[in-house]
Parts: sequence; C-alpha cells; structure tokens
Amino acid sequence: MTRHLFADLAWLPESPADFRARNRALVEGGDGAGAGDEIIALATHALGDNQLIKLAETIGALAARGANLSPLTPFKLGIVGTGTLDLLIPALIASAARHGVLLECVSAEYGQIVQQALEPESRINAARCDAVLIALDYRSLPIPAGLGERAASVEASIGFIDMLREGFRAASGAVSIVQTFAPPPEQLFGSLDRRVAMSTRGLLDAINRRLLDGLEGTPDLILDIAALAETVGLAEWYSPEQWNLAKLPFSATYARLYADHVGRLLGALRGGARRCLILDLDNTVWGGVIGDDGLDGIRIAQGDATGEAFLEVQRTALMLRERGVVLAVSSKNTDEVARAAFREHPEMLLRENHIAVFQANWNDKATNIKAIAEELNLGLASMVFLDDNPVERGLVRRLLPRVAVPELPEDPALYARTLLAAGYFEAVAFSDEDRKRADFYQDNAKRLALQSKVGGVEAYLESLNMRIGFAPFDGVGRERISQLINKSNQFNLTTRRYTEAEVAAAEADAGVFTLQVRLTDVFGDNGMISVVIARPSEPAAWEIDTWLMSCRVLGRKVEQMVLRELVLNARAAGIERLVGVYRPTERNSMVQDHYAKLGFILIEEDEGGVTRWSFSTAEDVAAAPMTIQRAGLAVGEAVA
Amino acid sequence: MDSIYKRLTEILVDVFDDDDIVATEDLTAEKVNGWDSLAHVRLMIQVERAFSVKFTASEITSFKSVGDLARAIAAKTGRN
Repeated sequence: MTRHLFADLAWLPESPADFRARNRALVEGGDGAGAGDEIIALATHALGDNQLIKLAETIGALAARGANLSPLTPFKLGIVGTGTLDLLIPALIASAARHGVLLECVSAEYGQIVQQALEPESRINAARCDAVLIALDYRSLPIPAGLGERAASVEASIGFIDMLREGFRAASGAVSIVQTFAPPPEQLFGSLDRRVAMSTRGLLDAINRRLLDGLEGTPDLILDIAALAETVGLAEWYSPEQWNLAKLPFSATYARLYADHVGRLLGALRGGARRCLILDLDNTVWGGVIGDDGLDGIRIAQGDATGEAFLEVQRTALMLRERGVVLAVSSKNTDEVARAAFREHPEMLLRENHIAVFQANWNDKATNIKAIAEELNLGLASMVFLDDNPVERGLVRRLLPRVAVPELPEDPALYARTLLAAGYFEAVAFSDEDRKRADFYQDNAKRLALQSKVGGVEAYLESLNMRIGFAPFDGVGRERISQLINKSNQFNLTTRRYTEAEVAAAEADAGVFTLQVRLTDVFGDNGMISVVIARPSEPAAWEIDTWLMSCRVLGRKVEQMVLRELVLNARAAGIERLVGVYRPTERNSMVQDHYAKLGFILIEEDEGGVTRWSFSTAEDVAAAPMTIQRAGLAVGEAVA
Repeated sequence: MDSIYKRLTEILVDVFDDDDIVATEDLTAEKVNGWDSLAHVRLMIQVERAFSVKFTASEITSFKSVGDLARAIAAKTGRN
C-alpha cells in the first residue's frame, strides 16, 4: 500500500516488528545508559496511534522512576484548547521524543481555558510550565453565528488570545505557543467568502494576520496549523463526524502529524534542529550514475521530467543553504568525476563553492558522514542524510542512529517535498546570522583526511538477508547482459564491449565460462548486478576477459562471492589458475586494485598501465554472509 | 463473520494493549479494562479505517456489544 506522505509520516521508516518487545525491555530493564537513545530510536519510526500510546507509557514509566533518559531534554508543556485534547497527549509525548524532547504534559479540562490562564494557581500555572500550547481553533473564538453581529470579531478574537498569553506569562513566565486558524471547508458564498470581511474565512484571514504581527518582539511562538490543514486539505483536516461524536478538533487521522509538528517546534526551541544536509549524488542530486553515464549522460536538464525533479532537489538544497543549513556531499564516486559535474555541467545549480565538505570516495557512507561531522565540528544529531539507495540509508541508520535519514519515495519528483515535509530544519527565528552560517562553516572546512572505518558494517550486511544468484548466460538474461557490458564504466576491469550476438556466441561456446549474477536483499531485488566472462588461455588456466559490477552493490562483498564462484567452477573444470587483467580507462580507476584486494598476485605490468594477475584455484575463498542460489552451473555444493 | 472477528480481535488487542482479548459476540465494554468513552472513540476510528467503513454517530452510540459491531461491519462491507 502506498503511504501518504503527510498522514503516514512517510519520511520515517515503518515501525519495527519488535516494537512492543522493545518497549517491554525498556520498562523491565532500561535504567542504564542508552535508554534515552533507545526511546529516540523507537520514536523515529512512523508509529501508529496505539504505538504512540505504548511508547508514551514507556517514557512515563521510566521518567516516573527517575531513569536517566539523556540525551532527551526535559520540557514541561501546558495544553489548553478547543475540544478533546486528551487523545493527543500520548502522541505528543512520543513524538517529542523523536525530536530529542522528554515531554511532560499538563492539561486542563475542556472548557477551562480562561480560568487556567488567569488564575495564578490554576493547574497549568501552578505547574510552572516551560511553555503553554494554546490549541484553539475557530470554534473557540468569539465569532457569533450572524454575519451582522461580527463587526468586532477580529478585535475580540485577538483580545481573547492576548489575554490568554498574558495570563500565562504573568502567572508563571511560560512562553505561549499559539496556532493560526484553519478555516472550515464549508463556504457561504463560494469564492466570494474571501472578499467578504464578515465571512468566517474573511475573519480568520484577518485574525491570522493580526496574530502573527502581534508576536513580533515577544518570545511567544507560532504553530502554523492553517498551513498544516491546507497541506493535507481542509476537508480532510476537519471531520464533522468526529467533532460531533467526541469533540475531536481535527480528524484523528492527522493526530500523529500534528504531534510531530509540535515535537519539532519544541525540539527547535531546545536547540535540537538539524544544521547540515549531506547529499548523495548519483540519482539523488542528478539522474543517472555519472561514473557510467558520463558528464553528458546525467539528467538535470530543464524540460526533461526526470531532470526537473533533480533540479528541484538542488533548488531546495540551495534555499536551505541560504537560510543557514550547511551542505555537504557523500557519494561513492571518484572525486574528480563527481566534482566535474559541479564545475562543468551547465545545468547544475549546485556548485563546488556551495558545498562545505565534499566526500566522493569509495568508503562506506557511515565513515564519510562521521568525517563530515568532525570536519564541521557539528554533532551527528545535527546531520540529515539524503540518499535514494535504501541500503545506504539502512547502513547509516544502523551505524549512526543520530543522523536523520529520510525515507524517499520511488519517484524523484517527490524527493524535495519529502525532505521538507520531515521538518528537520524547523526554526523558531531567522536572523542575519543564520544567513551567514553556511559560509562560516565553509570557510573553516578543509579537505578531509581518510577516516578510520566505522565498525559494525559486517553485522549490517548480515542483517540484509542477501541472496546471491549465479547462472551462466542464457536467453532470458542476454539483453541485460549486453546492456551492462556496453554501459558499465566504473567497476569494469577490461571495458570490453560486446554486441548481443557476441554475447550469444559466448553463451553457446562450451569452452567459455560465463556468469550472470543477481542480488536480492530485504529491500528487494537489485536485478542483475555483475557479469563475468572467462576464456581458456594457456593450459589449465582461465583468463578473465570481462568482470564488471554495478556500483549500487559496492561494499557488500559481492566481488568476493563472485571470485569464490569462479574458483569453484574453475576447479570443477580442472582449471588450476585464474588470470585477471586490468585495463585502465578514464573511468575505471576505482578497480585498479581490485585483483590485489582479492589476493591475486601481480605477474606483469606494461607501459600502458595494463596489469595481469594470477590466482591459484587451489586456494579457498571465504564465503560472505549471503545465501547462494545456483542454476545451470557445474558446481553444486551444499548451501551453508 | 469469522474473518471479521479475527480482524476485530487484532484491533482490540492493539487498542487495549492486552494480548488476551478475543472478540466474541457477547463481549462488552464493561468486561475490558480501559474501555471508556475515549477509548471507544479510538476503537471506532480504527475499526472504520481497518474495514474501510463509516459509522454514523447514532450507530456508534447504539452498539451494545462486539456482536452488534461485527453485524454492522458485515452489513456495510457485504462480508460474512
């Protein structure tokens, strides 16, 4: 089922299957260090209503017995408002944890708004809250039903809200969080409503404007519910059924979205908003893989539907930069190849001088992101990482849980919207300082030294449940095999191009060993990701004529498994030695050391940089953590 | 009806966070810990979502047992 971006908080990963068990473990153990981090980790999922309640109970139980929940920051929030707010409170508590806030809520009974604000010892004032959320909607404003009686309604409404704000401030010093007013979808005149000052919409337009102006120069904050309701649709936001039944001020469908918006505001107030956006490049900032498709082949052109989508990502990144968000790059690419796009591509909006730290290399991304954080002297909790590849996202989430990593939909047209919908960069103020911040970080950023690898990659790979499929070339795979042979540039040892007819000839030749490799993991089927052709050369040897792989599966030990498969098949055919050849091109420097890394021995190097390598098939190659599936091959060992 | 009761059991377990609840014809609110008016609203919203049905306010206030609820779902969805 497709997730709705806003209602389902689709930028968050879906809730884990062991959600209840992890809650139980926290309540039963959980006083030691790490309980706060575990709460944040659980909260950082698209939790359902019941799961939010569960997590709020867990947080309540731990807080009640004084458990150390750092790095969560305590915050006491008073709540008054229209209708029944009790259903929202667990959602608020659990959602605040997502934004680093340990929330305690103090609520008042329905209909007690004025008393709570004005009586110095009311429940909310006595609790000495850090802030009070005044969750009013239009139904609580002094707006009479008759149009003829509404002449003073704007004044009266603003006066009412000001009285509440001043009451809370005078009694307890609490900051008020006020909401803009979303108009109901029912129109009286139709389009004319907007022009008739006494219509509900006309009044609310004026009240919202006055409300915002009145906040200037005060510490009070705005929660823009009018914008939120418009975003999901007014007819979706307001549910007359649920109002009539239980006085729910807006549809329960949006409770978790509302709660997340409150949470991000409180997080920002506590200084927890994120400050750096780290961008992947291939298929995130432009369409295609620059190492394979070349500078001319990547898609960012205007007028091209795919290109436009990526331009929008770039535009969004630049606007974020302008408001003070630092930009960085983490990409699996050759540095010069990746930089060329920023320097030379005419359609690129992002340029090298916009990027504070540029990490294009073949390290795992967790290592790179740590390096970026250290270089910028920002914490990992300040980082957002945007990447189209679910495996990279999963790795970073697992190894660096404090980094925010939005889920992305399949269509890049929605990347920019999804990034912004997540609200990572929520702000409570905007100053000239903010404008200059990105430059400041940039001036201080130096070229990075390679960092030590982050541990735990192995365990992560195991969790991917990878299944690798080996088969000789066949009719079904032929077209894709030819495509890979003619398109792969980066992970391609010899860059020999063959037509489909030549591929078919290799397939039919019993003396030639061919291999097509597929990879499936928990995120789905990666399709065919590697191709090998080995031809008999000297007696009892195979020369590896072609070995290529999709860069999408780099760092997953696929190369090791392919070598293992080659060795097993060679042995079965009575072959004693594999000969590997590396032929350098402008694009394939990343596999220069491919054979050395796999344990081949260098036998010769000519003046053109072509190297030849040897590997004895008597050697065993260790298996990597993945299940092997074979079809049509000579070897058939028992699957471990 | 079996499939309706099966799905209702899942929803009840989730809403009341109690693995032992089983949706049966004669189950009523009084027999379930925490089934107050607010929980009732939560439950109805989740049932509406799960079965893609809508109940009017008068229907919601007229359900006296899980059996009433299941029959109303069957009538609206054509499942039985």
